[in-house]
Amino acid sequence: MSGDLGLWAVPVAMLGGAIRVSTPFLFVSLGECLTERSGRINLGLEGTLTFGAMAGYALAFESGSAWVGVGAAAAAGAGFGAFHGWICRFKGVNDIAMGIALMLLGIGLAFFFGKPYIQPVAPDLPSIPFGFWSDVPQVQAALQVNVLFLVGVALAFGMAWMLRNTALGLRIRVVGDSTEAARAIGIAPDRVQLWATAAGGALAGVAGAYLSLYYPGSWNEGLSSGQGLMAVALVIFARWNPVLCLFAALLFGAAGALGPALQTVGFTSGYYLFFAAPYVLTLALLIFTSTPGNALDSAPGELSITK
Amino acid sequence: MQAIGLETVGMTMRFGALAALDKVSVRIAPGTIHALLGENGAGKSTLVKCIMGFYHATEGGLLVDGKEARIADPVDAQRLGLGMVYQHFTLVPSLTGAENLVISRADAPPVIDWPAERTAIDRFLADLPFKPPLDRPVSRLSAGEKQKLEIVKQLYLGSRFLILDEPTSVLTPAEADEVLSHIRALCQSGRITVLLITHKFREVRRFADDVTVLRRGRHAGTGSVADLSDDRMAQMMMGDAPARPVLDRTGTHGAPVLELSGARAPSLSGPNGIAIDELCVRAGEIVGVAGISGNGQTELMEMLTRQRPLTAGRIAIKGRPFGATRAEAQALNVRYLPEEPLRNASAPHMSVAENLALRVFDTGPGGPILWLNRKAMIRDAQARIAAYDIKTASPHSPIATLSGGNVQRTVLARELDGDVDLLIVANPCFGLDFNAVAAIRGRLMAARNRGVAILLISEDLDEIFELADRIAVMSCGRLAFVAQAGATDVAEIGAYMAGRA
Ligand SMILES: Nc1ncnc2c1ncn2[C@@H]1O[C@H](COP(=O)(O)OP(=O)(O)OP(=O)(O)O)[C@@H](O)[C@H]1O
Ligand SMILES: [Mg+2]
Repeated sequence: MSGDLGLWAVPVAMLGGAIRVSTPFLFVSLGECLTERSGRINLGLEGTLTFGAMAGYALAFESGSAWVGVGAAAAAGAGFGAFHGWICRFKGVNDIAMGIALMLLGIGLAFFFGKPYIQPVAPDLPSIPFGFWSDVPQVQAALQVNVLFLVGVALAFGMAWMLRNTALGLRIRVVGDSTEAARAIGIAPDRVQLWATAAGGALAGVAGAYLSLYYPGSWNEGLSSGQGLMAVALVIFARWNPVLCLFAALLFGAAGALGPALQTVGFTSGYYLFFAAPYVLTLALLIFTSTPGNALDSAPGELSITK
Repeated sequence: MQAIGLETVGMTMRFGALAALDKVSVRIAPGTIHALLGENGAGKSTLVKCIMGFYHATEGGLLVDGKEARIADPVDAQRLGLGMVYQHFTLVPSLTGAENLVISRADAPPVIDWPAERTAIDRFLADLPFKPPLDRPVSRLSAGEKQKLEIVKQLYLGSRFLILDEPTSVLTPAEADEVLSHIRALCQSGRITVLLITHKFREVRRFADDVTVLRRGRHAGTGSVADLSDDRMAQMMMGDAPARPVLDRTGTHGAPVLELSGARAPSLSGPNGIAIDELCVRAGEIVGVAGISGNGQTELMEMLTRQRPLTAGRIAIKGRPFGATRAEAQALNVRYLPEEPLRNASAPHMSVAENLALRVFDTGPGGPILWLNRKAMIRDAQARIAAYDIKTASPHSPIATLSGGNVQRTVLARELDGDVDLLIVANPCFGLDFNAVAAIRGRLMAARNRGVAILLISEDLDEIFELADRIAVMSCGRLAFVAQAGATDVAEIGAYMAGRA
């Protein structure tokens, strides 16, 4: 019965799509989550992600190793994040305005340096065929899981554990909630925020590398479709909880896979409307999950958007 | 003896032109409780913040255990064994009690073994009289619970010199006695020395060994408590102590103004919600709601301001359903004074004048106005600063720089101004010196006599008995008891508060 799954093809394709499309969401949102938990907001992750995609692709091409590309993307992302964190410590610098400036800078730099890499083909990231037990090609394709996705899942749980069970995690939360209390117990808020922002940037860089090195798997200027910006909404929806970020990312991934999945079963009229599903979902979720009274209970107290 | 002594030498602190402290020298002997008295704005908090390194004194020095000490920040102070419970809470709101305790330790382990830490904390708490909840985020604790947690935290950190800035303002007299007698026992056993800031002479008399009085930033006197009478201490605080005004109760009750019926709402803690079956406040009447903190008073206040949605029932004012919008509050002349007014009733970074104008800034003599009238705003602010005796460097200072008591006065000055039909107040005298307490209670009584309906939520039983016409007791989210003030007594109310009756 290989090949013809009928309408079952849609959920199967969506499952595969969810895993594939969610990975960049997962990494950026984890990065944003960590940054926001420390009381900073980084709206520049869209730029960091685009630059990471370019840098990752370029270095993978030059070195011949996809993993070198991922490392380069993470390093570039950390650089952007650290710059953001460093500049925001100065009095009077608004982290939202600074983030938007960095987003434009990141995208601009990526386009500028990325021109020569639009044509060449860089090595892909490896993936693990979890669908080996099935002889249905669609199922096999859907369960072709990239290593980075697994890393991201581990990272989500690891981060949640870290925030509860390590001194570092508690310090990040203290700083995010009240810099005054942090100072009173001898934590330097600027330092914690700097590192949290840098680490968040590194994760966004990795998300970019995933885009250019695995799915869609090439570098071009239209590569990112706002994942970096939607991550901000996603983190709010996930209530600043890394594990919920994972589920939110999967949900967004599934929504993003809806359009292509419908295409595979020959649903052609107006299917492109379904490409807007993640954006519609963002709006709908934010509206329905915000109840007056307890909506932002879990928001870090120092965050400028909720202060 | 583990307890350490401390001495300030000619400590001076200037904020711009204002000298909040002027050459203050105090000696605190090890193993004693030393009380620090003074009016609101006298400089008590400033003095202890200088000791703790939170402020850097303009001039003067500090001796810890007889040795000169340089304290650059609170961490240095902690290293020397100095600990402080601040007047404004410094717990981290989103962390639980246990997390707050562990993370404030300088030697917090990189990976925290929670079961082991919990056992250690429980063992530590076993010989303390207070048991703050440890598993709830601090933001969901009542003021009293937070205060206990703050004190526990300092003891847990091993402080040997403890500064308590008005630790009992949020506690009931019984709780306060319990806390202070335990602290006293710790002092007598030579474990800690305590510098206690308070406005309550009763506590000074019962628990303190020595007392120092500050007046307008100057050292006004020091002595052993046994050698000083209350009158003498009051005189040192005020200069010439003015007679306490007598509160006359005049006029009769009018029509019902505030009515709650069958009101239900979720509570901050615990599965049982808040349930107020029936509560009515009439014009020219003060209804006092007594209760131990954490029994639903905060929630009741939030229900009345509609910050906490009702799940059932209704709130009506003058017979009309009330949604607490600005327009409704203005039309029905409803005013509020919530607890922790710096957080709940003011814009901390805006000036005193702007905060005073929050109710009226957009209305002029002839209706709504488009441009702010800054001149009138400042003039009005100056008048009210004088009338309510608010101590501030200028009307332009941010309200967050005022002392605790003066924030309270500022908000009251705003809320009691103009036509008021209903006033809802929570702990209006929290942290005020007794002169100010008398003045504010006088104003509340005067408002009542003018025909204002007042709902007074207070943890201070003396205040309730002094002011209220009727008394309701709140216990476990319910009104356990309602009676005419004349027909009941402290013992009966106390029994209902403790949930015994
Ligand atoms: N950071 C600051 N900037 C400017 N003025 C300040 C600052 N902190 C305190 N002050 C002023 O110093 C004076 C003393 O304030 P302080 O807080 O020490 O009073 P207090 O004795 O603790 O009063 P209370 O009993 O009301 O708490 C007040 O007039 C206050 O307005
Ligand atoms: Mg004070």
